[in-house]
Amino acid sequence: MIHARGLTRHFRVKGETVEAVRGIDIDVAEGELVAFLGPNGAGKSTSLRMLTTLLPPTAGTATVAGCDIRTDPPGARRRIGYIGQGRGAGDAFRVRDELLFQGRFHGMRRAEARRRADELLAALELDGVAKRVASTLSGGQRRRLDIALGLMHRPELLFLDEPSTGLDPHSRANLWQHILRLREEYGTTIFLTTHYLDEADTMAERVMIIDHGRVIADDTPERLKADLAGDLITVTVGKGEAARAAEIAARIPTAHEITTARQASEASGPSAAPQDGPDEGADTVTFRVKNGPAVLPELVRALDAAGLWTVATEIRRPTLDDVFLALTGRSLRESDRTQEGA
Amino acid sequence: MTATTATAVATRGLAGRAGNLLRDVLLVFAREISPELRVPIGLVLGMLQPLIFLVLFGPLLGGMPGVGDSHWQWFVPGILVMIGLFGSGAAGYSVIVEAGGGSLERMLVTPVSRAAMLIGRTLKEGLTLLVQGVLITLVMAPFGLRIHPAGVAAGLALLVATGIGIGSLSFALALAAKRTPSVFWAVQQFAQFPLLLSSGVLLPVEAGPSWLAAVSRVNPVTYVVEAERALFAGDLTAPEVAYGTLAAAAIAAVGLALGIRGMRRASL
Repeated sequence: MIHARGLTRHFRVKGETVEAVRGIDIDVAEGELVAFLGPNGAGKSTSLRMLTTLLPPTAGTATVAGCDIRTDPPGARRRIGYIGQGRGAGDAFRVRDELLFQGRFHGMRRAEARRRADELLAALELDGVAKRVASTLSGGQRRRLDIALGLMHRPELLFLDEPSTGLDPHSRANLWQHILRLREEYGTTIFLTTHYLDEADTMAERVMIIDHGRVIADDTPERLKADLAGDLITVTVGKGEAARAAEIAARIPTAHEITTARQASEASGPSAAPQDGPDEGADTVTFRVKNGPAVLPELVRALDAAGLWTVATEIRRPTLDDVFLALTGRSLRESDRTQEGA
Repeated sequence: MTATTATAVATRGLAGRAGNLLRDVLLVFAREISPELRVPIGLVLGMLQPLIFLVLFGPLLGGMPGVGDSHWQWFVPGILVMIGLFGSGAAGYSVIVEAGGGSLERMLVTPVSRAAMLIGRTLKEGLTLLVQGVLITLVMAPFGLRIHPAGVAAGLALLVATGIGIGSLSFALALAAKRTPSVFWAVQQFAQFPLLLSSGVLLPVEAGPSWLAAVSRVNPVTYVVEAERALFAGDLTAPEVAYGTLAAAAIAAVGLALGIRGMRRASL
């Protein structure tokens, strides 16, 4: 559905060339739901604008829904839906009128556009505001109207740029309900950008992580987390036994980032200190490993065999932020705060 | 699927393409005009400044040398051109608003022809200007503006052509200004006042120094103003009408060319 090779975009800003997107390859099959995840300024929106024919690429090629974005932009525009970051409806226009014109812009006949508009107004719970002017709608209503506008012509491929930014949790959940239902009913291929970790994690089947204009990872969220971050296991052992426990942990093939710590009585450090632990205090061993839930019982048995007393264990499943941290050495949340704009 | 579409486009040919363009132009026009039909803000706003000049400045022209025996006959055609300069000249602001909000971007990803996106918008400016021209003409009739129907009709047609050109230039400017209203307004104001003052809309330029008269001669709006005055006087065959028609056609052609180019290249 999407095939891009070496897609590149440079901008001239005050006499300097900014390489917003540096040669990315994208392959999305029919029916997939793919999220483009990265900090602000990573090149997500610029990539999306090239794929949706809004911005000509500096170099590289791409076909979307079978149409070359360079040689056949009108063909691509006919087949794709695009829901941008902004408000799709003009402030002074009535909700239903905007939907009708959008349908007509896509070549639908008047009666067909009317039927489709009413269908979408009902599906997105906008029928009560159909005759209102767009500027009078609430934030959630406007976002739903944007979705309706993008769906008027039943596109086979839908692009969403930061679909839930600025929405409250309720509106976000509601929006996703609509997107997922659409997918179930029509098998629409969906490609979206987001900087919400949990959104990419729970909604997307595949996540492409982009940073500084390059795709640095591309896989299912589960595999990304397992391969690139792994589960974080913390084992609390008796005082002074951390070094020996770490040795044993190091024998696990996929164990890495092994650290030991003295558990102070104030319970500092990442692991939760058991309240009913030995009075003398305890040491902890922390490491990352693949498939933590299966590894942990093995480790406990090995510690037992070595005569070490396991006081407590903890497994923390990785997040996509751990993946980003493993890949770039930065946290996605921090990157968002330091790289404002674009 | 792609191959069949390509052949379909090829066989449909020029007539089909023109038909599609016309359909798109009408659609864009219909969308643009729809809020105006409910609340005619653009209609009123565009007339505000020219009306102030008509009420507070026009009466001062009575008995002024160079304006003829009826100063309204001299002043009203110029004021109509002023509406074109001010009203249509400000039209681009709507594109800045739409680009900032996101609705322009949304429409740029539909298959609607980019040329139609521009032409449809300028037609709305043309129609607004026509209604404003008719209103001003009718309002001024009781105050001594003689109505020569054929001349008025031709004068309004000339006005609409000029307005379409200036409106297109304004859209081109707005697209080049990329969502920055301050840049748009600075350039727009910088262009509009010299064009207005040197065209002799407010006072006869011939009374001024020769350098100003020379500036006036290279301002295309001057020729439109002179043609409007001849047409409103009922003189359809005056040489000024021919020059004015040429000037209006040139403004429209250059404006549309730049506007369409701007919309085609619009990448926001």
